[in-house]
Amino acid sequence: MTLATEPPKANFRLGMLIYDTRYRSYTIQVIVLILVLMGVAWLANNTIENLAAKDKDINFGFLWNRTGYDIDQHLIPYTNDDSHFRALLVGLCNTLVVALVGCILSTVLGVIIGVLRLSKNWLVARLMTVYIEIFRNVPLLLWIILVYVVFSETRPAPKDFKIVEGKVSAAHMNFFDTIAVTNRGTNVPAPLLTNPLPTVHLGFLPISLSLIAVIAVIAASIYANILLRRRTKITQEATGIRPTIWWKSVLILFVPVVALLFAMGLHWEYPVFKGFNFNGGINIAHSFTALTIALTLYYASVIAETVRAGIQAINRGQSEASAALGIRPGRTMSLVILPQALRVIIPPLISQYLSLTKDTSLGIAVSYLDLRGTLGGITLNQTGRELECMTLMMLIYLIISLIISAVMNAYNASVKLKER
Amino acid sequence: MADPAIDRSKMKVSDEIAIQITNMNKWYGTFHVLRDINMTVNKGERIVICGPSGSGKSTLIRCINRLEEHQQGQIIVDGTELTSDLKNIDKVRSEVGMVFQHFNLFPHLTILENLTLAPIWVRKVPKKEAEETAMYFLQKVKIPEQAHKYPGQLSGGQQQRVAIARSLCMKPRIMLFDEPTSALDPEMIKEVLDTMISLAEEGMTMLCVTHEMGFAQAVANRVIFMDQGQIVEQNEPREFFNNPQSERTKLFLSQILGH
Amino acid sequence: MSLLYVRRDMLAPQAPPTSQSGIIRWLRDNLFKGPFNTILTLLAAWVLYELVTLSWPWLSNGVWSDANSMADCRAIVAASAGPDASGACWAMIRERWPQFIFGFYPPALWWRPILAFGLLFVALAPVLYSDNKRAMSWLCGVVGALTVLCLIGADGFSFHTILAIALFAGLTAIATIKPRALLAVTMLFPFVALWLLWGGSVWGPITALLGFTVMVVVYGFVAPKLGPVMGASIGFIAACLWWLFVQSYVSEAWQALLPFQLTYVNSDKFGGFLLAFVIGVSSISISLPLGILLALGRRSDMFLVKTLSVGFIEFVRGVPLITMLFTASLLLQYFLPPQTKFDLILRVVILVTIFSAAYNAEVVRGGLAALPRGQYEAADALGLDYWQAQRLIIMPQALKISIPGIVSTFIGLFKDTTLVSFVGLADPLRGITTIVRADIAWKGIYWEPYIFVGAIFFIVCFGMSRYSMYLENKLKTDHR
Repeated sequence: MTLATEPPKANFRLGMLIYDTRYRSYTIQVIVLILVLMGVAWLANNTIENLAAKDKDINFGFLWNRTGYDIDQHLIPYTNDDSHFRALLVGLCNTLVVALVGCILSTVLGVIIGVLRLSKNWLVARLMTVYIEIFRNVPLLLWIILVYVVFSETRPAPKDFKIVEGKVSAAHMNFFDTIAVTNRGTNVPAPLLTNPLPTVHLGFLPISLSLIAVIAVIAASIYANILLRRRTKITQEATGIRPTIWWKSVLILFVPVVALLFAMGLHWEYPVFKGFNFNGGINIAHSFTALTIALTLYYASVIAETVRAGIQAINRGQSEASAALGIRPGRTMSLVILPQALRVIIPPLISQYLSLTKDTSLGIAVSYLDLRGTLGGITLNQTGRELECMTLMMLIYLIISLIISAVMNAYNASVKLKER
Repeated sequence: MADPAIDRSKMKVSDEIAIQITNMNKWYGTFHVLRDINMTVNKGERIVICGPSGSGKSTLIRCINRLEEHQQGQIIVDGTELTSDLKNIDKVRSEVGMVFQHFNLFPHLTILENLTLAPIWVRKVPKKEAEETAMYFLQKVKIPEQAHKYPGQLSGGQQQRVAIARSLCMKPRIMLFDEPTSALDPEMIKEVLDTMISLAEEGMTMLCVTHEMGFAQAVANRVIFMDQGQIVEQNEPREFFNNPQSERTKLFLSQILGH
Repeated sequence: MSLLYVRRDMLAPQAPPTSQSGIIRWLRDNLFKGPFNTILTLLAAWVLYELVTLSWPWLSNGVWSDANSMADCRAIVAASAGPDASGACWAMIRERWPQFIFGFYPPALWWRPILAFGLLFVALAPVLYSDNKRAMSWLCGVVGALTVLCLIGADGFSFHTILAIALFAGLTAIATIKPRALLAVTMLFPFVALWLLWGGSVWGPITALLGFTVMVVVYGFVAPKLGPVMGASIGFIAACLWWLFVQSYVSEAWQALLPFQLTYVNSDKFGGFLLAFVIGVSSISISLPLGILLALGRRSDMFLVKTLSVGFIEFVRGVPLITMLFTASLLLQYFLPPQTKFDLILRVVILVTIFSAAYNAEVVRGGLAALPRGQYEAADALGLDYWQAQRLIIMPQALKISIPGIVSTFIGLFKDTTLVSFVGLADPLRGITTIVRADIAWKGIYWEPYIFVGAIFFIVCFGMSRYSMYLENKLKTDHR
């Protein structure tokens, strides 16, 4: 057997940088690297020159200066004597609380609407379609502003709630006189405890042990419920009969937390009109209400579409096969359709949570003091440190996003279909 | 066992070497898929490669047009050595046609567009000429009337014949077949095999990974049996089937012919 | 007894019994099937009833006639429907619509944006209906007629009207005779629109266009020798050099030689839907190619290219658009050479483009991932090179899969143009509405402007999503 040609000699020619698959990619990457470095150097050089021209430097020390501005809605203690850093934390909490409430409410509403959209009921399905199309195709900003304007311009002023002897007041409270919606905000009852657990001061952050206790009890209840379900499954696998457990679940989930709250002496402080305004209870600013309602309504329409698409993505054959095996419709849903539909629904759902979280920054339209309002708004304007504030703000948003993405990736990895 | 219906007049094996593989080795990570392959294919040869699944037979022919990269040894196709040089790879690929198990037709193009795409863009043939060639080969695979349909509208057998025609439009000197009938329903296998037989009758150099032993007996001049990434046995078909030498070959043949 | 049975005459089909068809059957199936369904229907009917009774009086008492303030409106409603009745005050829109549409663009020059908007559809025609000759000429004709009507409405029958009639007649003729030639209109449109909207010397856009000619010429020289990537990059660099260092001199020289110009309109005069469309259309058209490149970069085997693409995409997708817009208005001054004057609209367009390019990249990547590996292998086996395979095999299929995603990115982008109000531009939703509501005459108006603006956004976005569904169906060639 003779060789057709001699083995090639490994001499290097310049043309190989372009035509040889071994070197080609390095050539391109080196060029890209040089271009990127040149671009970065150019930007950095410009920044240094501009900073020098404006007599500025890059320094994050301003974060520990006194703010001097007030934030109405603060979940951690805050006064205008606190530092900019604390204002940042307050803003971050405000961002997260709107995002959390928005995610929960829009998921509930979105799932209901998405399922109803697929209903065989003609009228309901049409109504839901109209809802989805109207909310999806109009900017979110419009809903935020509209809800805010409607609340703050159509609601009566607090003085209209004043009850004068022998006269009917101009405005009434809602829900059995517990909630008052005025043009300045919404007054809702505040939960109070007669015998609360002590509060621990952890450095600068006070932590209410009562709240911790409630959360711990709820978590324990949920865990106990999981144990119960697991035991039921074992029983089912051993005997073939699945015991009825729903009432046990209800007991386990609700009795401990109710008992704890009762023991701590939960009662409500209702808002009462006194003098010129409402006293007692909690005053929720319309900026928060408007942002939450608008985010909920808008994202409910988006989530509804996801839910509908997810359910429709499951092949009809799946439910037919399940039915042919004699599985009842309810079980078909929980054993066959939902596990598959969730696989389709959850990844886009999480990315919608991500968008919702980012869209909380639209609170700027109603002056909601979230992260952008504090750090990227008042702090930035007061200190004039655009570069530092913007960098820090983007970084925080980026971290939040990356955390949510990481959750999504972990989920995707765990439910990936086993395929060859 | 030669089929009298097959015209063997043009099936001549010349002395010229078409493919030369010397001491070729390939790994997937640490897994040694091809071990010390030595093989010479002359022009006009019809070679059937068989073997149990995972034996490396598909990988071997995919190395021949460098869909897979080999790590050691030498592959010379039509005088061009396959190295990492893009020009050589392009040259080899334009002279070697390949037919895949899953057809891999382009679903967004009509049959005719599928056939003319590569001649127009790689061979730089004028469109009209490319279309004439395409119609000629569609006639040959006996589906000229489907020219303006899309691949999704054809049956599996028809799609595979289109895939063969698509390769032929590049006027290749060598054709590689990677299990061309494995994804087909039984009644469609014959139409594809007929097309391949007529190709052999015209003297095409063919390397075919297949389990169609009837085809091997009728057309091939050599059968190669691979197992565990190695060439275990090769022989002319009659001897290979009637008088296998290695134990592995015997076991394999008893399994696929036993049913 | 025999078991034999043979049917001698066949039965004709018959109508089903009445309980099985007609309106009653339909009602029972679709509205009142089971107690749960009935409750749902009643609930839905109640919601509908509430909505209608709440809004109908307001809508039906609406005032369109000439009222010049909220007080006028209230007086008219009170006079016609009683003192306590509510009524919509559409008169505000009648009075203020030019501001909602054009912002502060000088009224005498309105013909320019109108003409540009009409030409936009002609430029889109080859993209929208690539293979439908009749649809294209119809589109040109109808858009032309509408544009001319708008022009007459804006400033009477004038020189511009005649210009537009001639222009659209010509374009319709081209669309009918030689539809492919319309692609040239598509290519030229950005420059024409730029010139019409901002005005200034005609030589600015023409010399800018020459930059692309430079790019093509350089590419033609370099590509055969060094490959398409090098050709494209060297061509791009050459074009950049032209734009940065040569263009202004050439255009000034020509302007001195052959002066021809439109009145210059400054960016701060732009507002309303004109602004939304300028930002939306330019960002949409640039972000798709950029997104494709980023998606290819993300799927690249080259570590550095991949890392850079992933980092860029994830960064942009990880921060809210508002922070990007603030970057445009606050930070860009730090990153550019000192004393650079940089138009705010242009800055915003760049940032919005980058933002939606990252989203497009992810959508396109999804499309690429959905393609079977066999498609790449078949293209390789046929001897196509990387860019040929991308252009002829991969992209047509990947983009087709991604159409719904791409269009919804576009819809999102168009809706997001409203956010530019936060950096001081007068968008229709917040910018203009705030101005109107600040006017003492219209103090206290809120439903009407938001309904008006929302309706226009709805029409555009809903139209886009319907078009994407039409396109998806039309392109369904595979999978029988």
